[in-house]
Amino acid sequence: MAMSYVWVILLFVSVVFGVLTGSADAVGAAAVQGAERAVELTLSLAGPMIFYSALLEVMERSGLTEKLSRALRPVLWRLFPSSRKDPELAGDLSCNMSANLLGLGNAATPAGIRAAQRLHALSGGDTASNELCRLVVLNTASIQLLPTTAAALRSACGAENAFDILPAVWISSAVSVAAGLLAERLFRRSP
Amino acid sequence: MKMLFQLLPALLAAGIGGYALLRGTDVFSALTDGARKGLQTAGRIAPVLVCLLPAVGALRASGAIDAFTALLRPALSFLGIPPETVPLMLLRPMSGSGALAVAGDIFTACGADSPAGRTAAVMLGSTETTFYVLSVYFGAAGVRKTRHAVPAALCADLAGFLAAAFCVGVLHL
Repeated sequence: MAMSYVWVILLFVSVVFGVLTGSADAVGAAAVQGAERAVELTLSLAGPMIFYSALLEVMERSGLTEKLSRALRPVLWRLFPSSRKDPELAGDLSCNMSANLLGLGNAATPAGIRAAQRLHALSGGDTASNELCRLVVLNTASIQLLPTTAAALRSACGAENAFDILPAVWISSAVSVAAGLLAERLFRRSP
Repeated sequence: MKMLFQLLPALLAAGIGGYALLRGTDVFSALTDGARKGLQTAGRIAPVLVCLLPAVGALRASGAIDAFTALLRPALSFLGIPPETVPLMLLRPMSGSGALAVAGDIFTACGADSPAGRTAAVMLGSTETTFYVLSVYFGAAGVRKTRHAVPAALCADLAGFLAAAFCVGVLHL
């Protein structure tokens, strides 16, 4: 629903601003060109996007996600103490994390949802527990080793070297995750 | 280092393919199945792009984006954030394909390799569609009182945006 407001407001502001600044003709033309440009962008984005999606599927089927998720267990036990006693929860959590790390959104969400439901079943009611908040914050903060969508969009728009943003993405993701975890810890109050 | 990044797509393909083959995976059928999923994703975002880019294009042509970013320029330059990335930062937590549309608009207007374009790409790659994730997870768990999750998640986004600007503007990554 929020996007409905955003869309209508964008157009309203464009029309009002266009009339006030005397760029009304350009505004009308730009709206139509935007649609044209969107189709071009989709077509040039689709190639790299499909290619990376194919590679990620191979990565998932090869069992790399599972391997990584086993390596992540010790970290998870620290972040989510309840998962120590609940192997299934630990499995869902680590699957969620490892799929996120590898950029496998399709695999990360179902596992994350299962983990959220199990975590919530431990506390019950309609209030989020600290651990559930932590899981959701981790998922909103995106920890990604391979930002394939951003790279695909850069290729589509003529970047010389689509992946040379990797170090910057790694640092920013790490900062964002750290800030999210820290904020989750600091903002806690009794539920 | 530069060569490594240029080689990365091919290197990834070779590495992942080789590893999967050794593990006995049917690499080619995994590839085509993955490609089909990618095609579905592209098909899903196409209508969003076609609906959003006219609005973004009209806003840019009206001069409203320039006026708005000029207004915020002093504060943003103090933080080292390219003002062109403001629309992206506003839309990123709300809509994933919307953010893609706006980032594409920034790449076209400023260049994919310009500082603003690179910052936008790093922002896109290092943050998530926060409100979508919040609603999916809490909705599935049946939680109504989300307590401190929303402010904490927005802090993470803000930190990611600032870090993206710092990495590109100061560290020249």
